Amino acid sequence: MLNQLFPNVDWPDMWQATYDTIYMTAISTVATFIIGLAIGLLLFLTSPHQIWANKVANFITGSLVNIFRSIPFIVLIILLIPFTKFLLGTIRGVNAALPALIIGAAPFYARLVLIALREIDKGVIEAARSMGAKTSTIIWKVLIPESLPALFSGITVTAVMLVGYTAMAGVIGAGGLGNLAFIDGFQRSRDDVTLMATIVILIVVFVIQFIGDLITSKTDKR
Amino acid sequence: MIQLKNVSKIYRTKNGEISAVNDVNLSINKGEIFGIIGYSGAGKSTLIRLLNGLEKPTDGTVEVNGQLISSITGNKLRVARQKISMIFQHFNLLWSRTVADNIAFPLEIAGIAKTERDKKVKELIDLVGLSGRENAYPSQLSGGQKQRVGIARALANNPEVLLCDEATSALDPETTDSILELLLDINKRLGLTIVLITHEMHVIKKICNRVAVMEAGRVVEQGEVLQVFQNPQADITKNFVHQITGSKESQGSIEQILINYPTGRIVKLTFVGQKTEQPVISKLIKQFNVEVNIVHGNISQTTSGPYGTLLIQIDGDAQNVQNALAFLETNEIQTEVIEHA
Repeated sequence: MLNQLFPNVDWPDMWQATYDTIYMTAISTVATFIIGLAIGLLLFLTSPHQIWANKVANFITGSLVNIFRSIPFIVLIILLIPFTKFLLGTIRGVNAALPALIIGAAPFYARLVLIALREIDKGVIEAARSMGAKTSTIIWKVLIPESLPALFSGITVTAVMLVGYTAMAGVIGAGGLGNLAFIDGFQRSRDDVTLMATIVILIVVFVIQFIGDLITSKTDKR
Repeated sequence: MIQLKNVSKIYRTKNGEISAVNDVNLSINKGEIFGIIGYSGAGKSTLIRLLNGLEKPTDGTVEVNGQLISSITGNKLRVARQKISMIFQHFNLLWSRTVADNIAFPLEIAGIAKTERDKKVKELIDLVGLSGRENAYPSQLSGGQKQRVGIARALANNPEVLLCDEATSALDPETTDSILELLLDINKRLGLTIVLITHEMHVIKKICNRVAVMEAGRVVEQGEVLQVFQNPQADITKNFVHQITGSKESQGSIEQILINYPTGRIVKLTFVGQKTEQPVISKLIKQFNVEVNIVHGNISQTTSGPYGTLLIQIDGDAQNVQNALAFLETNEIQTEVIEHA
């Protein structure tokens, strides 16, 4: 039945493309979580009245985040071609998409992290300081646990965005469902392939959103 | 235990300098409960934060528990803070942790081993009366229970000083009293020095030994609680004292009383300390053959004795009333005859 509705879909290819999309999304989400969290914490801690309040550091970090967040992703990929080539020796394939995906998403997530950290009650940080907590203790035992639901919902949004980014990266040769839809579907005028790729992308996004929401609500004890 | 010498704190803002604390000198003894009262914006919050180094003074020195808090920094300050704990108006518990884990937090900071931590946490949960709630999250607790967790958390590292930042201001009167009793209890049991700031005279009266009154960054008056109650000097202190004696009836209601009781004399008696326990009224009636009618009364119990005011109407033969008033004067009870304005 599926073969009648989607006569031109090559199922092994579709599976491979799905796997590639999930692979690119997963790796870049994990890396974005770590890098974005670090940058977000830096933004937060250097902002006025915080533990490392420092106008210069805050301005530089904030500016870099804004610059990378402002560059359209498709342009960023092209700008990063020399960097990717230097790093991996090639600009084709799933791994070649990762630097652009991470550099594109981490600044966005850093902003979400900053918003999450600002939501933490200042009194709780003050209480930890009054107990004699070190900055590292405040980061690991107060800031991160107290903002965890927002950090998770933020990474969910970012992961969904990354699925979209992988599709864009696919168009210029990274593989995955975007690549399949563009090369196999659009360029060869096989609408059923494009449609099937879209359906699979939707399923991937729904699954990510479902898992994200589940973790967010499980960690929220408020 | 705590020495503040010429302490000032000035904040520099875009709109000029704000002097939050202005040339404050205080000396707080070991084991006492010291209250600092003032309206919001008086500088109390800044003052109490100078005691654990959350704020640094612009001028002067702060010495707590033998440590010069105003000048130590880094690890030395962090270790000192473990012995100067603090509780807060809004409790400031970690919502992500259970009651037990919240109480364990300062122990983790101090680097106490897990088994010892668990033992101490259990002890503290019993002490503050939260047995059975150890695995609850703060969101599942009432305000009073949250403050009990705050107190248990503050006691975890066996502090020498407990700072209370408006610790009861977010609680209802009944819960306030139970928290105050808990504070009094741990003060007696553990010999802990307690410094509290509040805007409620009720709190001062209920548990403090000594009090300082703050206004616009300055300490305008300080002394034993009863002494300050008996003889308030500054206007602001008089206002606070009126808060609990209820003697601040508007002129209108005094007029109403004078209209309601047209005969005899209306007299306001102010009792301080042990005098309250003497049967003054019955003596008055027996010895001077006058009618005594209680119009309004308010007696408060403080840690160093009762304090209160009584508005009475003395009626009868003019000479007898005169004699009765003279008796009250000699009896070291503050007497004030209230007349039409």
